[in-house]
Amino acid sequence: MPTVSMTVNGKSVSGEVEARTLLVQFLRENLNLTGTHVGCDTSQCGACVVHVNGDSMKSCTMLAVQANGADVTTIEGLAKGGEMHPMQQAFQDNHGLQCGFCTPGMVMSAIDLVAKNPNPDEATIRSELEGNICRCTGYHNIVKAVQQAAKTMGG
Amino acid sequence: MVENGIGASLRRKEDNRFLTGKGNYTDDINRPGQTHAYLLRSPHAHATINSINISAANSAPGVVAVFVGQDLLDDAVGGLVCGASVTGKGGEVNKAPPRNVLTIDKARFVGDPIAVVIAETLAQAKDGAELIAVDYTELPSVVSTSGADQPGAPQLHEECPDNVALDWELGDKAAVDAAFASAAKTASVRLINNRMVTNPMEPRAAVGEYNSGTDEITLYVTSQNPHVHRLVMSAFMNIAPEHKFRVVAPDVGGGFGSKIFTYNEEAICAWAAKKINRPVKWTADRSEAFLCDAHGRDHVSTAEMAMDADGKFLAMRVSSQANMGAYLQLFSIAIPTLFHGFLLAGQYTTPAIYLEMRSVMTNTAPVDAARGAGRPEATYLLERLVDVAALEMGLDPAEIRRRNFIKAEQMPYQTPVVQCYDSGDYDASLDKALANADYDGFAARRAEAKGRGKLRGIGLSAYIEACGVAPSAAVGSLGVGVGLWESAQVRFNPTGGVTVFTGTHSHGQGHETAFAQLVTERLGVPVENVEVVHGDTDKGQFGMGTYGSRSLPVGGVAIANACDKIIAKGKKIAAHCLEAAEDDIDFAEGNFTVAGTDKTMNIAEVAFTAYVPHNYPEGVEPGLDEIAFFDPLNFSFPAGTHVCEVEVDPDTGTLEIVNYTAVDDFGVLVNPMIVEGQVHGGLAHGIGQALLEGCVYDDDSGQLITGSFQDYCMPRADNLPSFNVDYSPTIPIHNPLGVKGCGEAGAIAAPPAVINAIVNALGIKHLDMPATPEKVWRAAQAAG
Repeated sequence: MPTVSMTVNGKSVSGEVEARTLLVQFLRENLNLTGTHVGCDTSQCGACVVHVNGDSMKSCTMLAVQANGADVTTIEGLAKGGEMHPMQQAFQDNHGLQCGFCTPGMVMSAIDLVAKNPNPDEATIRSELEGNICRCTGYHNIVKAVQQAAKTMGG
Repeated sequence: MVENGIGASLRRKEDNRFLTGKGNYTDDINRPGQTHAYLLRSPHAHATINSINISAANSAPGVVAVFVGQDLLDDAVGGLVCGASVTGKGGEVNKAPPRNVLTIDKARFVGDPIAVVIAETLAQAKDGAELIAVDYTELPSVVSTSGADQPGAPQLHEECPDNVALDWELGDKAAVDAAFASAAKTASVRLINNRMVTNPMEPRAAVGEYNSGTDEITLYVTSQNPHVHRLVMSAFMNIAPEHKFRVVAPDVGGGFGSKIFTYNEEAICAWAAKKINRPVKWTADRSEAFLCDAHGRDHVSTAEMAMDADGKFLAMRVSSQANMGAYLQLFSIAIPTLFHGFLLAGQYTTPAIYLEMRSVMTNTAPVDAARGAGRPEATYLLERLVDVAALEMGLDPAEIRRRNFIKAEQMPYQTPVVQCYDSGDYDASLDKALANADYDGFAARRAEAKGRGKLRGIGLSAYIEACGVAPSAAVGSLGVGVGLWESAQVRFNPTGGVTVFTGTHSHGQGHETAFAQLVTERLGVPVENVEVVHGDTDKGQFGMGTYGSRSLPVGGVAIANACDKIIAKGKKIAAHCLEAAEDDIDFAEGNFTVAGTDKTMNIAEVAFTAYVPHNYPEGVEPGLDEIAFFDPLNFSFPAGTHVCEVEVDPDTGTLEIVNYTAVDDFGVLVNPMIVEGQVHGGLAHGIGQALLEGCVYDDDSGQLITGSFQDYCMPRADNLPSFNVDYSPTIPIHNPLGVKGCGEAGAIAAPPAVINAIVNALGIKHLDMPATPEKVWRAAQAAG
């Protein structure tokens, strides 16, 4: 079986995987990082979004071996020194989550969104989050959370 | 005033773990020695099973066991049951065709499970399933709601001639027919309530584990009601006796009804774990969720209204057919009947109502409760009919509603369809909604839009629902097989912290926060010292779970009542310690005080005394830990008016919701932030049904066409607007907390508001959901 090595949340990790192992399986099953979720089997829902070399990526749509050598950040890697990332904090402040299942992917997508669009308007936020499905919130408070985080992340 | 009590928009206690990836969902749970289950499912909508050959699968690499339906029967495992029985025309109770955990004789829908393969890895289980040879004889299938009972339709169950499970009626047919015969005007509409796939974002999952030392089974499962899961699997399926069976519903990623029911796969994991003496895990992929989760809605109806010359409603007549799918699920038969028919009066004084409802079996996934459960179907039908009636009368939709509203001073109001509303001011919520939506300014906005080539429309929905499910005696008399009370245990720990056990279950609703606020309000304990525990039959007392917007109206009252028992006992302890008479002790904001003095004792001190009872009143038990059960006296009746405004591009059929205004009466709001979030989510569900979502089976093959998120259009961020949410509360007389429930309102109110707006924009009488761009474009072209 191939061996993969990568940096996940700042730590070097490696493991043996079947060639068909998806990145999300490697994270959940080999590394027990169960914060990254699987909500569909057609790359639609976005519950599995992580950052690979700084870009948001659906980890169900990438083989673990494709992430060999990459720098991966998951939802578990965002909080620093017990302080939540501004996007995590904004989701709590604005009640941008209910059941929490889509939340990790939503937060990871939203961070990448703001990194690439520092001052997004509502239409941009809605358009950029089209790849993340939430059944609970109706997105209203997610949009508000991203707007708040864009302000705090910007400065 | 207690800090962080009722009315505070407190940030949620549960958010930290969800936001940092530390939630504990069923699929996150792995047990030592765990195996993986994969179900072989029928690829055919309808087929006789001649034989199943599992020998090659049994010897495949990594395969631990293969089971078929007969293996469960041999172990006396019972089938899945419908927990309600409804009496129809002629006193005939609904048919209840049997359902084995793994079907034996016939496959009745695409996805009907045939066999389970248990292996060391999921991949090996899947590979093993490939080796099972099933000899089928394909049969013709029927998927259509209106076609199921037609002559010549393929028959699903010999227990259900003509595929009819129940012919049900409600109301005074003679009075209704007489009113129609003498009416000045009538209105009529035929409409389809489209089938929805409930689709919580977390797919269903189960992990079964057996302890041979204690002979106990533990099942971790995606459930909205773990005690009910255990009860059903013990009483009807013979998996294990309740006292040897622990069911844990950990963090659950949304339910919306679909996780109420006991499913095949969960029973298999629990049973097989003992059978092979190893943990068994199963997690649905999304494709399985589409195929096999219980679906929602799926009615075809004709609704008529008789009116006098002023547009006053005289009578309503409804003829409806509901699709039950291939088997009755846990509450299937109750949804289009009790939860639908009893709401058909809506907010109106219509004196006579008659409903005929036929429930039919088809070669599709079972249909059961889904967010709103019967009430969205009733509201859609009624609020569409009222708009058609307004059209017939030449009246403004707001005006015809006002003329027919039950007035606030008429409360409590007995409707002709069983329910007795206890509170509500429908004029007030309509007025506020119209003001918030600037209804008066609509004509100018429509004219301005027309200048841009857009068709602008506005639509109302004045809805009511019956929540706080439900008074046990009432539902029992109607055929529901359980009581629907709720329980709570409030336990002071010796050092003053409070652990609250609730029989409800939170899967997004924020109970850990809102229920803690209730306790803080009642007992004056800081909210950070209150922990709410749910979802584990080994931790808390029996409870009925969460659905029907019941958790706060029923479960919340149980918590308050348990708090009151704590206070009553605390008074005895404080009176003793403060050397006063019990009657002289007041309790407020966490302190027991001798009336008129400054002699006081904090509830944490009282709790410590209760556990270290050195100086203690005679005859009082040590400890401070109380249980309460609450059975409501009536349903609660949330209601309100929603206003939707759309702009249609007639050249493309695309449309935008340019304003959505909700004014709801939920009574007292415990955590307004959470309530508003519940409204938003409900609206997304309702707007999804109106514009995007529709579950489609192929009429010829019975195959599910909308079997993935690529084919079934879930509402996404760019499909929805931001919402304008407000309240118009009245206080229910039956609920001690003054609360009504809020989780389903949006899903109930939104579909007719949206369709009424589109119909108004296009100047047509009706358009069926989902109003896709193609349908809207065709309607716009036809309307010219």
